[in-house]
Amino acid sequence: MGTMSFLSYLINGISLGSVYAIIALGYTMVYGIAKMLNFAHGDVIMIGSYVVLTAMTSYGMNPLLAVGIAVIFCTLLGILIEKLAYKPLRNAGSPLAVLITAIGVSYLLQNIALLIFGANMKSFQSVIGTKQIPLLGGDLLVSMTTIVTILSCVIIMLVLTAFIKRTKAGQAMLAVSEDQGAARLMGINVNGTISLTFAIGSGLAAIAGVLLCSAYPSLTPYTGAMPGIKAFVAAVFGGIGSIPGAFIGGILLGVIEILSKAYISTQLSDAIVFAVLIVVLLVKPTGILGKNIQEKV
Amino acid sequence: MKKFTKRALGIVLAVSMALTMSACGSKETAQDSGENGSAQTAFKVGGIGPLTGGTAVYGQAVKNAAELAVEEINAAGEVQIEFNYQDDEGDAEKAVNAYNTLKDWDMQMLLGTVTSAPCTAVVEKTFEDNMFQLTPSGSAVESIQHPNAFRVCFSDPNQGIASAQYIGENKVASKVAVIYDSSDVYSSGIYQKFAEEAANQDFEIVEAQAFTADNKTDFTVQLQKAKASGAELVFLPIYYQEAALILTQADQMGYKPMFFGCDGLDGILSVDKFDKNLAEDVMLLTPFAADAQDELTQNFVKNYQEKYGEIPNQFAADAYDGIYAIVEAIKKSGVTPDMDASAICDGMTKAMTEISINGLTGENMTWTEDGEPNKAPKAVVIKDGAYVLR
Repeated sequence: MGTMSFLSYLINGISLGSVYAIIALGYTMVYGIAKMLNFAHGDVIMIGSYVVLTAMTSYGMNPLLAVGIAVIFCTLLGILIEKLAYKPLRNAGSPLAVLITAIGVSYLLQNIALLIFGANMKSFQSVIGTKQIPLLGGDLLVSMTTIVTILSCVIIMLVLTAFIKRTKAGQAMLAVSEDQGAARLMGINVNGTISLTFAIGSGLAAIAGVLLCSAYPSLTPYTGAMPGIKAFVAAVFGGIGSIPGAFIGGILLGVIEILSKAYISTQLSDAIVFAVLIVVLLVKPTGILGKNIQEKV
Repeated sequence: MKKFTKRALGIVLAVSMALTMSACGSKETAQDSGENGSAQTAFKVGGIGPLTGGTAVYGQAVKNAAELAVEEINAAGEVQIEFNYQDDEGDAEKAVNAYNTLKDWDMQMLLGTVTSAPCTAVVEKTFEDNMFQLTPSGSAVESIQHPNAFRVCFSDPNQGIASAQYIGENKVASKVAVIYDSSDVYSSGIYQKFAEEAANQDFEIVEAQAFTADNKTDFTVQLQKAKASGAELVFLPIYYQEAALILTQADQMGYKPMFFGCDGLDGILSVDKFDKNLAEDVMLLTPFAADAQDELTQNFVKNYQEKYGEIPNQFAADAYDGIYAIVEAIKKSGVTPDMDASAICDGMTKAMTEISINGLTGENMTWTEDGEPNKAPKAVVIKDGAYVLR
């Protein structure tokens, strides 16, 4: 295997990893703040992609506008899901109640999409275009989609980190994630903060959906399911609750997946990815960047 | 031709449901045949295939073409057929449910099912009930493993062998790469036979890369390896959904080999919003080409297009031939509509091996006792968004 093909595999891995990372950011934010696993996250991605597709093909909108609409739509959808399905159960005692509800919401979204759009695969037209950029004297072809995906991921990660560090709302999120009770006593609107988290997470999901479908242009009601699970793994990998962790976890997962496909076996790549996850969790149970916060008694 | 249900739980549920459903199904049939059984003038032929789900393109084509054939036959008057088509979503469990629904309707023969995994499940039921079954397109070996079952299309192994022979004999390429789905019986079945036959042919398989059902969005690695191996042709014994992704990703990589597929690629031009330019020059081995110049094909294509507004694919042709084969076997065996399904099955099973029909998918098609058809394959190539005979 030459260096060129290694580089090319690496870029593909980073590109795939960036999509995982953006999805993982949504998982990790919601987990960090609401302490729940939103299994419907992958399906919000799918809904976002359908919104973009419909806006572009049925209404002939320009791609950027379509993405904007999808982000708004998913943001509202996220808030709605949180209000209707999760909030009433937040104090239900067992965290399992919300977890099961999230699985239910996931199936609900899939079946609604089945009903509206049908199960037939739709070919997604890339929002970004299919231009190729030759690097290193033309030996290495990198698609525009790959570059945009990686860049968006980095930008989103930086903006999110800044948002949490620099803004009042971000600080409120941090406070809620550390101690909901104390945050409420300090006058923080806990419910509002959690809603905001869902809104941001779901808005990100719309962007992730567009990037996912631009890179892999097939859309069915189940499109979000597998990337959703992989992204969840990425979030755990990087340390769930940590934003840079989700980024690193996502990229690593994508790179490991592609490299194990390239150099070991195309069939075993998933097994290898999960084996690496197990090893990481054995060595560092909280994930790569996870903090070990001790529960105070 | 359809993926197996993944979840173990699903299988357990399917089996237990199938058992209970078939139990009540057979009871009802027993009652029904006691009640009526006289004065029936039309054969009740059932059909099963996906009208929704990922393989709906196939099932819809089969339904359309079978209904077209039934109309023609009823108009001709010699044999009368009532046709009832049920959706199975390409799912084995739902296919068995559909079969039971059709039995409640007093079905006497089955044209189906369209995809392989459901067909393999249903053939067990038809064998138990001694119901005549002819699948237009169930291509797995097991899909017709019992003596009461026949098929119109080629089996998976035969498609693999025929593809290798076609590439070798016509000197299409000398270096071939394969990308196949190792988690799917259809795909891996074809690949296996293709690789065996390739040893006897004048070309070399330089790269074989697999993918699995859980990891079928990113094909960059497989394509890159095919490219690195210097293959002039990439053989894709897979379904059109994945093939559409592979063609797109190959295009993004700037990789432009020849692509060659089997009947699973049929339907790629019907994918919503798919850029048909990507499929330009893709070859596929199929027994039917809509642009063939013979009168039978031209009439069929014209009538089908008038009625349904699209060009029929290979599945439609298989179903059309299937109905005509059933009618031919009815005439040969002399079965009548007032006979029960089991007696009809005995007569039809014998007659199938004796008939010979000139169909859309082959001239002088005959059937062996194993249920396999004898006919010559044709290769078509996609030009300007349409299938053209090569």
